[in-house]
Parts: sequence; C-alpha cells; structure tokens
Amino acid sequence: MSLRNNAGPAAALGAFAFLLGGVALAFYWVPDDADQGFSQRIFYIHVPVALTAYACFGWGAWKALRLLWTRDQRYDLESYTAVHMGVIFGVLTLVTGSIWAKISWGVWWSWSEQQLVLFLVLFLFYSAYFMLRYSTDPGPRRASMSAVYALFGVVLIPVSFLAIRLAENFIHPVVFTRDGPQMEGTMFLTFCVCLAGVLALATALYQTELAGKRLDERLRELREALA
Amino acid sequence: MSAYLGDVVVLARKDLLLELRARDTVPAMLLFVVSALVVFRFSLPAEASDLAAVGLLWIAVVFTALLGLTRAFAAEREQRLLDGLVLAPCDRSAIWLAKSASVLAFLVLAEAIALPAFALFFAPVGWETVAAFALADLGIAAVGTLLAAMAAASRARELLLPLLFLPLVIPIVVGGVGASVQADPGRYLAFLGLYDLVFAILAWASFEYVVTE
Repeated sequence: MSLRNNAGPAAALGAFAFLLGGVALAFYWVPDDADQGFSQRIFYIHVPVALTAYACFGWGAWKALRLLWTRDQRYDLESYTAVHMGVIFGVLTLVTGSIWAKISWGVWWSWSEQQLVLFLVLFLFYSAYFMLRYSTDPGPRRASMSAVYALFGVVLIPVSFLAIRLAENFIHPVVFTRDGPQMEGTMFLTFCVCLAGVLALATALYQTELAGKRLDERLRELREALA
Repeated sequence: MSAYLGDVVVLARKDLLLELRARDTVPAMLLFVVSALVVFRFSLPAEASDLAAVGLLWIAVVFTALLGLTRAFAAEREQRLLDGLVLAPCDRSAIWLAKSASVLAFLVLAEAIALPAFALFFAPVGWETVAAFALADLGIAAVGTLLAAMAAASRARELLLPLLFLPLVIPIVVGGVGASVQADPGRYLAFLGLYDLVFAILAWASFEYVVTE
C-alpha cells in the first residue's frame, strides 16, 4: 500500500485557484439577482457545497458497494473518509442555508425549506453512522456493517426528498428545472467555477484525511509488530 | 424456493413459540403503547385538534416498534444463537425474513390494541389510517430488523438502535401522517408502498453482510 499521494496537493492548488476565482467572479462580475439583490450571491457557495456533500455521500456509498462486492478492506477507510467529508459539507450547507434563509425570509429555520430539512435528516442519519462505527469493534464485521449503512444513506436521500416534498409547501427557489438552469450565462459560469472549486477542495480534504488515516493504521500495525 | 420458504417458516415459528412461552416482548409493547397514548393525551393542550393527536398516535407506534426491535435479537445475542444460525445451511436472508415476520406480527398485535384505544380516547380511525399503518408496519419491520441486527453486534446495543432507526423512519412518519390527515391519502399510501419496496429489497440483499464477517 502506497502512502504517497500526488492527487492531494494538485487538488488543493486547484481548489485555491478556483475558489479564489469563483469568489472574485461572484462579488465583482455577476449582476445582482433581480429578485433578491446582493444577498443572492451566497448561492455561489451554498449550492456548490450542497452538491459536493451529495457527491461525497455518493462516493462513500460507491466505495461501500465496492467493499461488499470485493471484500477488500481498504475500501472501508475510503468509504468512511468520504462520508466524513460529506458530513462536514452537509453541516456547511445547513449553516449557509440558514444564513440565506435569515436574509431572504427573515427566519433562521423554515420547515418549508426542503433542502435544509433534507440535510438535517441526512445529518442525523450520518451522525448515527459515526455512532455505529465508534461502538463496534474494528474488523471486517464493522466494515461491512458500515458499508450497508452507507448504502442505506444513499437510498434514503431520494426517498426523503420525495417525503419532504410530499409533506410541505415550498418557498425554496428551484434553479435547476427540466429546462436546464434558470439563470443568466454569467451567473452559470460563476456557479460552475465555484462548484469546481468546492469539489476540488473536497477532493483535497479527502486525500489528506485518507493519507492521515492510512498512516495512522500503518503506525498501529508497526507498533503491534514491535510489541 | 420452497426450501427457502421452509427455512423462513421454521425460523419465524421459533420466534413466535419463544414469545408464546416466555411472553417477553408483546405484553411490554401493549402496555407501552397504551401508556404512551395516555401520556400524550396529557401533553396536548386542551384545545388541540384531533389532527395533532393523530401525529402522536404515529409517534407512539414508532416508539412501540422501537421497543419491540430492541428485544428482537435479545435471545440470539444472549445464547449466541446468531453464530449458529449463520453457520446453518440456509440462506442468510431467510434469517432476516423470518425475524421481520415475527417483528411484524408483534407490531400488528400492538396496533390491534393501539388503534381501538386511540378511537376510544381521541377520535375515530378511518380506513386510510388502517391502510397506512399496514404499509408502515412492513417498512418498519424490514428496516428495523436489519438495524436491530447491526445494533446487536455493537457495544452500545439498545442505545444505538434508536439513533440508527429514527432518521430512516422519518419518511414513514411523513407518509403515514399524511395518509391519515390529508384529503387525498392515495399519494401518501403509494409513497409508503414505494418505501416498503425499496427498503425491503435493500435489507433483504444486504442482511448477509451484517451478520457475517
């Protein structure tokens, strides 16, 4: 197993460049939103962060599936790290969404905000994932249980989405409809740059965290070998 | 196929027989659901509508199911029976199916008391509510059994199961309460059916990985 990682620094550099460019574009280039004015610019962080959280959960579930498929234990750590990143970006989504809700609708929390409610459900679900991991002894059994739970999570996302949609009337703006993105070209470009930046940031964090955890594991093995 | 069903029947019969002899779980569930309804009656302000009470009925049933689920693998764990079952020459998903069937039976018994009690204490129950409970029971039993097996393998056990179970049961509560109180229950019932289908398939396919190494 190689502990060297080259993708991490490249992703970190990319994240820095894209985020810097994205923020600059969001503040100086794109026009104000006709409806919400200046405050709408949080969109360029909030939505990419939310999409990245989904991507992390999806990646974690994919690694979990690979683990169950091949029984190769190295996927356990990868799946765990991806879910870990997903939770971090999920919390960021909750925070930025809450701020936007306060500015737009005057409240910190609104149950008719479907994305926020969905992220709250996911946050609770994936927090339980950590509880499951911490209260089970390490080993192949824990790896496969965590993998099954991570797969449940990725199925829960659309099911909860449907449930929340059924339950409430919404005020959350819907930008991406069946007819494509409902925004101007400049806005869409800025959005794409920000999305690339946040995704690169997630990749960099994922690589760093994974390298750290692998090192940790290797160290433990060596210690056991010495003892 | 018939061998598979035979395994399921034998395993489910074992659970029901155990319950019939020891009476560990079902009486506790019945008492709990009635007590919960009485406590909820006092937690509601006097002028609260019956709609709020319907929501509380769902919560009472979910927690009653949780109570039953924490006991679901108690016998297996105490006697280390699960190791034996996993070694037995039967499909592992049969263990899940049998356990879900017994959990479902206990839950239906609890609701057979809870719904008349609710009608007596609060408001009459329509056919939509009964249908919603029937569909919700399937989902609760399917998902709950798998999670109970996970929790039984962990150190935290009873503490862990509610944490794993409640986020997954939110869609059931949404569908169930919606079907009970909204004017068009069809959509909500269809949603509950979809939930059952998706999660039952997932739990059926993944149970093997939860009990084996």
